Amino acid sequence: MKVIVDQDKCVASGQCVTAAMDVFDQRDEDGIVVLLTDTPPDELAVDVHQAAAVCPALAIVVED
Amino acid sequence: MTERDAIDYPLAPIAAIEPPAEWEELRQQCPVAHVRLPSGDQAALLTRYDDVRQLIADPRFARNSSEKDAARISMLDQQESPIPRLGEGHQRWRRMLTKWFTAKRMAELRPRIEAMAEQLVDEMVAQGQPADLRASFGFPLPVWVICDLLGVPNEDRDRFSHWSDTFLSVSRYTQDEVDTAQAEFTTYMAGHVAAKRVAPGEDLLGDLITRADAAGEYLSDDALVATGKGLLIAGHETTTNMIGKMMAMLLADRTHWEQLLADPTLVRTAVEETLRYDANAGFGLTRYVDEDVELPGGTLPAGTTAICSLGSANRDESVFPDAADLDLSRSPNLHISFGVGPHSCVGQSLARTELQVVLEVLLRRLPTLALGVPVGELPPVKGLLVGGLQKVPVVW
Ligand code: HEM
Ligand code: SF4
Repeated sequence: MKVIVDQDKCVASGQCVTAAMDVFDQRDEDGIVVLLTDTPPDELAVDVHQAAAVCPALAIVVED
Repeated sequence: MTERDAIDYPLAPIAAIEPPAEWEELRQQCPVAHVRLPSGDQAALLTRYDDVRQLIADPRFARNSSEKDAARISMLDQQESPIPRLGEGHQRWRRMLTKWFTAKRMAELRPRIEAMAEQLVDEMVAQGQPADLRASFGFPLPVWVICDLLGVPNEDRDRFSHWSDTFLSVSRYTQDEVDTAQAEFTTYMAGHVAAKRVAPGEDLLGDLITRADAAGEYLSDDALVATGKGLLIAGHETTTNMIGKMMAMLLADRTHWEQLLADPTLVRTAVEETLRYDANAGFGLTRYVDEDVELPGGTLPAGTTAICSLGSANRDESVFPDAADLDLSRSPNLHISFGVGPHSCVGQSLARTELQVVLEVLLRRLPTLALGVPVGELPPVKGLLVGGLQKVPVVW
């Protein structure tokens, strides 16, 4: 599983962090998404897909 | 657009928490409908999820246009703002604010909001039943939270509440009262900003004063005052109304409330579901389209004012199975009650936190809570832009 985020699209809603806090974080200065890992372990797949689904900016892409 | 005659907008809701009958028909047969506004101006009404989502996320268009041929919706549209509405300048302004709404900040803020909610329940219980949940709980909580964000001292909360009420319930006040409130608020905020320049403090406003944006620029005093006012207008009545509507939805059929009592881990999904289910979401988001736009449901010619019905989009069967059912465990739930894209709600994490806290505290403190009148008798707010209920009488 590979995760890609688009920081230009991100609107800093924090929804991805709530869904998968081991994979997503937000920059301190403006809340824009940062990836903690772009290849999370498979057991996080459900959470990561959930994060991509709830992102209000469609800024997260997951490639299986 | 189709051949049908223009319909009058806003549509009349059937009951407090029921959607207008026209929504489903429009989604099926007339996704881009021709409507006539109270001002007499014409607009296009979008009711399908895909069309609404695509248009509101389009970075080329913003709400509140001052273009001459844009339809007039409310007096707020006519006001000049020192905050850029579109493009890169708007994004820089947003990204100054978003620091204050991260998931981490919300986790820090949550205990403070819980303490406020506990205090409000104590006061409501002390006053006895029946109580109006909107007045004694839904109204004060969000304005207290915003005062906190702006570093406004507790003793000024009541004045803030009054100003906020006046800005948004224009129909209940005379023009003089509205003008006075505007002037008082601007004077207060200007003084508050001046005091913060000397002693910024640990809050959003102090931070905006001391920090440059991504282009190295600082916000002017006017922009700071407008930001404070913007947060109050965007974040108070919306949240107040949503608290009232959420509780009305959950108590209308008390099996929902009992389901939450039995399993409080449903609070998060329940909050999202009431946000989706909200049929009384207000006017809808407007976009002034200054170039032709192709949407799945039809073309909007340049010069169109589009009204995007979030409430109808959130009931679109093609996206939400059994859309007419309130399903407290619905997941995924891609409702668009906070908008989407570059103009989506800056305060959505805060609104979510407030709604979750309200629900948790009320479940814990008042498990016997029930509506004091049948749900059909809850009076909708008469204002134009933000939908809600005037009163939510409860007993426990
Ligand atoms: C349940 C409560 C709320 C709802 C339903 C709500 C809904 C919305 C929606 C739909 C928009 C998008 C408008 C558009 O695209 O034209 C918006 C924008 C905004 N909201 Fe909220 N909101 C809520 C609470 C809050 C709170 C608590 C705050 C902050 C204290 C806030 C601050 C803002 C701001 C600043 C914007 C403008 C964003 C921009 O122009 O880029 N909102 N809100
Ligand atoms: S959910 Fe999307 S918009 Fe929100 S912080 Fe994560 S990437 Fe950004």
